[in-house]
Amino acid sequence: MMRYLMPLAIFMVLAVFLLIGLTLNPRQVPSPLIDKPAPKFQLNQLHEPDKIMSSEDNLGKVWMLNVWASWCVACRDEHPLLVQLANSGIIPIYGLNYKDERNTALQWLKRYGDPYAISIVDTDGKVGINYGVYGVPETYVIDKEGIIRHKQIGPVTVDSLEKTILPLIKELQNQA
Amino acid sequence: MMRQFSDVVKVTIFVFVLFSIFPLSTWAKEAIPVAEDPEIEKRMLALTVDLRCLVCQNESIADSRAEFSNDIRREIREQIKDNKTDKEIVQFLVDRYGDFVLYNPPMKPTTVLLWFGPAILFSIGLGSLIVYLKRRRLQIEDVSLSQEQLKEAEALLNEDKKGKNV
Repeated sequence: MMRYLMPLAIFMVLAVFLLIGLTLNPRQVPSPLIDKPAPKFQLNQLHEPDKIMSSEDNLGKVWMLNVWASWCVACRDEHPLLVQLANSGIIPIYGLNYKDERNTALQWLKRYGDPYAISIVDTDGKVGINYGVYGVPETYVIDKEGIIRHKQIGPVTVDSLEKTILPLIKELQNQA
Repeated sequence: MMRQFSDVVKVTIFVFVLFSIFPLSTWAKEAIPVAEDPEIEKRMLALTVDLRCLVCQNESIADSRAEFSNDIRREIREQIKDNKTDKEIVQFLVDRYGDFVLYNPPMKPTTVLLWFGPAILFSIGLGSLIVYLKRRRLQIEDVSLSQEQLKEAEALLNEDKKGKNV
């Protein structure tokens, strides 16, 4: 009896591991930046290029940093959600316009709506590297002390908003 | 008039052939050297062979032509110019992208299984093979036959021989 059950048991264990493997996303790499201070930046603004925004301007509030580009197709998927979220006034969203061209970026925002409190420009992608960006869009939730609390790789979805991001924002906003 | 016309045709053909032989693009630009300094390039290459391109699944940054890898290569070149050590540069990338960028991940509580998993699986396999072989050997008993049984066996064998002769 044992002799027939053993291979079956081994197969079952293997199958369970493989099934778990199927649900994992190999592109999702856990960021080492979670719970670390958000990398500092001082970047020109997209709409008013002679104005500079510093990451420290946002100390004291919970905010979102959304990395986007006009060439990024998946950004279009998440964009209506971001516009909705911005309109709800729950959290200010800042846009990091990543390796893009100013005019196309501005046109893109005109066409699809502008959810960003401020858009800043990272033309050569250096700030992107500091934030560990490797696939646009990426979205960071940063707390009042300037610590990264969450990183969404790939487009924000209704599911990720409701299950992870919104509850987290609420929790962070309630912290003193 | 006719002659003039044919001259024009000749010149046109000549120019056409000339341009076909020396396409304009070769005049446009020589291929840009990847970096001005071959020393920097050598160090950069040595570093990037062991770094994973995060967007291209199982390609090193050295091999990859993805935008991401271009950026990382540029970053590494700049850091080499700034006299950063290899260790500092790798740490810079690990701080931002995690151990996953390394093809040779460090030993840590989270990577123990990665390091020893194959060895553990191998010893489980070897162990069960040894146990199996031992058990099988125990099952094969050496049974000594009695005189009677030997005779019986012999008789049976002989019978077989006779049968064949018929």
